[in-house]
Amino acid sequence: MPKKIRVLIAKPGLDGHDRGAKVIARALRDAGMEVIYTGLRQTPEDIVEAAIQEDVDAIGLSCLSGAHMALFLDVVKLLRKRKAGDIVVAGGGIIPEEDVPRLKKAGIKAVFGPGTPLGEIVAFFEKAAKGA
Amino acid sequence: MSSVRRGRAQRSNRPGDLKPPVNGMGDGDARREFEERLRVWEFTTLRDALARHPERRETFVTTSSRPVKRLYTPLDLPEDAAARIGVPGEFPYTRGIHPTMYRGRPWTMRMFAGYGSAEDTNERFKYLIAHGETGLSVAFDMPTLYGYDTDDAEAKGEFGTCGVAVSSLQDMETLFDGIDVGAISTSMTINSPAAIIWGMYLGMAESKGVPWSDLRGTIQNDILKEYQAQKEWIFPPEPSMRLVVDTFEFGSRHVPKWNTISISGYHIREAGATAAQELAFTLANGMEYVRWGIDRGLKVDDFAPRLSFFFNAHNDLLEEVAKYRAARRIWAREMRDTFGARSPRSWVLRFHAQTAGVSLTAQQPEMNIVRTTVQALAAVLGGAQSLHTNSYDEAYQVPNEKAVRIALRTQQILAHESGVATTVDPLGGAYMVEALTDELEEEAYAYFDRIAQLGGVIPAIRKGFFQQEIANSAYRYQREIEDRERTIVGVNDFVVDEQPEVEPLRVTEASYRAQLARLRRTRKMRDARRHERALDRLRKACEGDDNTMPLVLEAIKAKATLGELCDVMREAFGVWEEPLLY
Amino acid sequence: MRERVPPRTRRALPGIRDLVKGLRAGDKRAAGKLISLIEDDEPEATEALAALHPFTGKAHIVGFTGPPGVGKSSLISRLVREFRERGKRVGVVAVDPTSPYTGGAVLGDRIRMTESGTDPGVFIRSMATRGHAGGLALATFEAVAVLDAMGMDLVFVETVGAGQSEVEIASRAHTTVVVQMPLTGDAVQVLKAGILEIGDVYVVNKVDLGDPESLIANLSFQIAARDGWTPPILKTSAPEGLGLPELADALLRHRDFLETSGLLRTRELSRAREEILENARRLLARQVRDLTSAGKRFEALAGRVVDRAMDPHAAAVAILRDATPKRR
Repeated sequence: MPKKIRVLIAKPGLDGHDRGAKVIARALRDAGMEVIYTGLRQTPEDIVEAAIQEDVDAIGLSCLSGAHMALFLDVVKLLRKRKAGDIVVAGGGIIPEEDVPRLKKAGIKAVFGPGTPLGEIVAFFEKAAKGA
Repeated sequence: MSSVRRGRAQRSNRPGDLKPPVNGMGDGDARREFEERLRVWEFTTLRDALARHPERRETFVTTSSRPVKRLYTPLDLPEDAAARIGVPGEFPYTRGIHPTMYRGRPWTMRMFAGYGSAEDTNERFKYLIAHGETGLSVAFDMPTLYGYDTDDAEAKGEFGTCGVAVSSLQDMETLFDGIDVGAISTSMTINSPAAIIWGMYLGMAESKGVPWSDLRGTIQNDILKEYQAQKEWIFPPEPSMRLVVDTFEFGSRHVPKWNTISISGYHIREAGATAAQELAFTLANGMEYVRWGIDRGLKVDDFAPRLSFFFNAHNDLLEEVAKYRAARRIWAREMRDTFGARSPRSWVLRFHAQTAGVSLTAQQPEMNIVRTTVQALAAVLGGAQSLHTNSYDEAYQVPNEKAVRIALRTQQILAHESGVATTVDPLGGAYMVEALTDELEEEAYAYFDRIAQLGGVIPAIRKGFFQQEIANSAYRYQREIEDRERTIVGVNDFVVDEQPEVEPLRVTEASYRAQLARLRRTRKMRDARRHERALDRLRKACEGDDNTMPLVLEAIKAKATLGELCDVMREAFGVWEEPLLY
Repeated sequence: MRERVPPRTRRALPGIRDLVKGLRAGDKRAAGKLISLIEDDEPEATEALAALHPFTGKAHIVGFTGPPGVGKSSLISRLVREFRERGKRVGVVAVDPTSPYTGGAVLGDRIRMTESGTDPGVFIRSMATRGHAGGLALATFEAVAVLDAMGMDLVFVETVGAGQSEVEIASRAHTTVVVQMPLTGDAVQVLKAGILEIGDVYVVNKVDLGDPESLIANLSFQIAARDGWTPPILKTSAPEGLGLPELADALLRHRDFLETSGLLRTRELSRAREEILENARRLLARQVRDLTSAGKRFEALAGRVVDRAMDPHAAAVAILRDATPKRR
């Protein structure tokens, strides 16, 4: 029986644009995954705590307000502090190209900008669950 | 309590019962002849053409997945076409709210702007005015939108990234430094803390010596759509509605040229709704606001003329034009017949439009200039009073100067070179446009019924009705793209593997520090006792029934900050928790 | 036809003993991992559960059942806060349905408990039913055992609310709370068969949205005292926190009642019986699965059934004769 992949989809910070996060949550469910959607206005602490309690394989962060640098990096830092650095983190939203290398260097495994096909995102999480 | 009723007596069509329209051409020989002509055409010319060259697909649909016919003809015009379409400047305003529209004056070119500190945005305002924009529009950052000061813990990492940070009256004064607010209108996209931000604007105008009676502008102040789509709520619905009506009341008495609300469909559409949902949910919200105003004891004609609207200008030009026309017609009818408004100024639906942000691609971003142009054209053909055009780099960031100038020029070219502003409602009478206008109107009324069955707008919000409808439409749209049923140029077809070149726009550390310094100064240099008393009086007003605006103004003048005012309100009103997920 | 995801490489796991030690010390990561082990039916799961068993039996297990949309999640969220104010540690296992078509699930109960998310005295785990027919997942009560062993004073189990979840919950929880809400409008409210018999506490929620009195009257009329306990009927409204202290009190009263009346042991015995049977069922099912996936013997039997040389029952007996429950 193939193991269920568990993914946390989270919206850190104040940004309330959740159309993308919800579409992705549904797509992951349609691909057979268990998706915990945390809802809006999550602090990095909320997100990391949820990831640990739910023992997810990966986290998908969504931010469209430009605050991704501070918030995404906080999540990665906190995961490492809580010895959960093996949880894979991906991010998406409105993110300038220049920021992508820095995000990746800090530990965000993938950055999915607008227009990324859902299939690509699904494939990423499937791979992330196997790899880690 | 029944909430939404239809005003028209002869509404015999039931939802979904789109009877083939009868008499666009009258009942007689002309009609029969044309019907015959059409039939022959179908069986000869059309059939031959299809045999040689079948159509690209089985059904063609709009951006909202609405099927469209191959051909619209005079037979698609409604029975009472002349009355339903009417003339511009007269009930039901299908063709426009003025008899001369853009021949009198082009729409206001109002570019949404804001980032970083008040100084940064002040510079951008001046740039845009110098390049010909005719109205200001303020974008606030996330902390401001949610009622937090820049130095609040919740604001971490969010300063100035998607709008300007305004925490105090002093920030507002800096924001409008060197700008004559008596001479230009300002729209502010602020919702939960709208009363407070408006209070700061009023305070700023006062300090500049501009009388409130001269001030023109808009606060978005549309809390209902926050619960449905944009999610920038703070307090629960009932206290929030109370604040909105407080502004209606205050505005009608003291700031008569100000639109105290911009009832919005833009965000509803951006969240994934179809054109019909955007239309229906916006107008249903609008009617809810009217209801609350009347329940407060206000006379509808005292506040309705200052209700304004804000719609999306999306891809499907013809559907969008039909949407705006249906909106005007429905609103005019409901205001006159359901709410009994007597003044024509209460019947007219005035709207601002913004081109669809969600349609902008990160891939080949220059193509967004083309998208924005087509969408702006839709808004203009649809009779918008004011328009914002998006910049091509907005899939990456808040627009840089070069990008925003192109967006502004787009409007100027439409106004002066394209020819569409030389006549009123150029698409009026076009068979497809009129047919779609009627269709959208039908669908809107079906939604009104549905919402009424659920107990009204606020109960429906609590039941997650709007949120669910919107999420379903969003998902379906995305699936269409994934399944290649819908082409997005550069994204799922005509793809190029290249790195887009977008000049970055960054919020600087210096701006952040300047803002924090200003905030510190504000807090330090105020009379502590006056400040405390003012907050206390505001708290009491919130807990009671008095109009909160005068107390908000008093507290602002006592140098209370946004966060402090909102905290008082949070305590008094509570905070909202979203009821359902999907 | 959905592509099968190949079995994932197991991430390096600390030994079971370390995990259990961590769990007992309150390490949430250990708890999360143990629950996953059990949910995924890993070979170490049996070892883990055996190691945990001595530490279980202290938590008050409360099951919440009721139709979808009635507000169980928000109610539980408020109740967690209420008990936290009373100094209790609370665990929550929230179950949502797995899609029968895709095998996936969106687990959305946690979203309503965000305030408790980072509270050290709270642990929330979302589970999908993973094909299990009732309103619970197979691993639900084993996850409860993990939280019990962790030291939680109470563990709340939230069911999907459909199917026979009430019955499952009632047989495995100490206290069963049935949550209902008043219907708006004139429809006569028909109560689902069975729920009138299994509840220890009845809650009418969302009283701010409709008139609860006729529902309460309905319930009072039909609910009878059982084993010396009269199930109370309480009114709550989660957004205003109305009725929550009373509900918490009722739960504590029920627990006291179970202890003083000796019914606790009876219920525990019944739970143990159920757990043993459940384990036995699963062991057998696994054996049968192993055997039938072995191929030839099973195929041969199937052939004989089709040829009418044997009936299906006899074939099953033959399979089971080969299935000797082995200790894993």
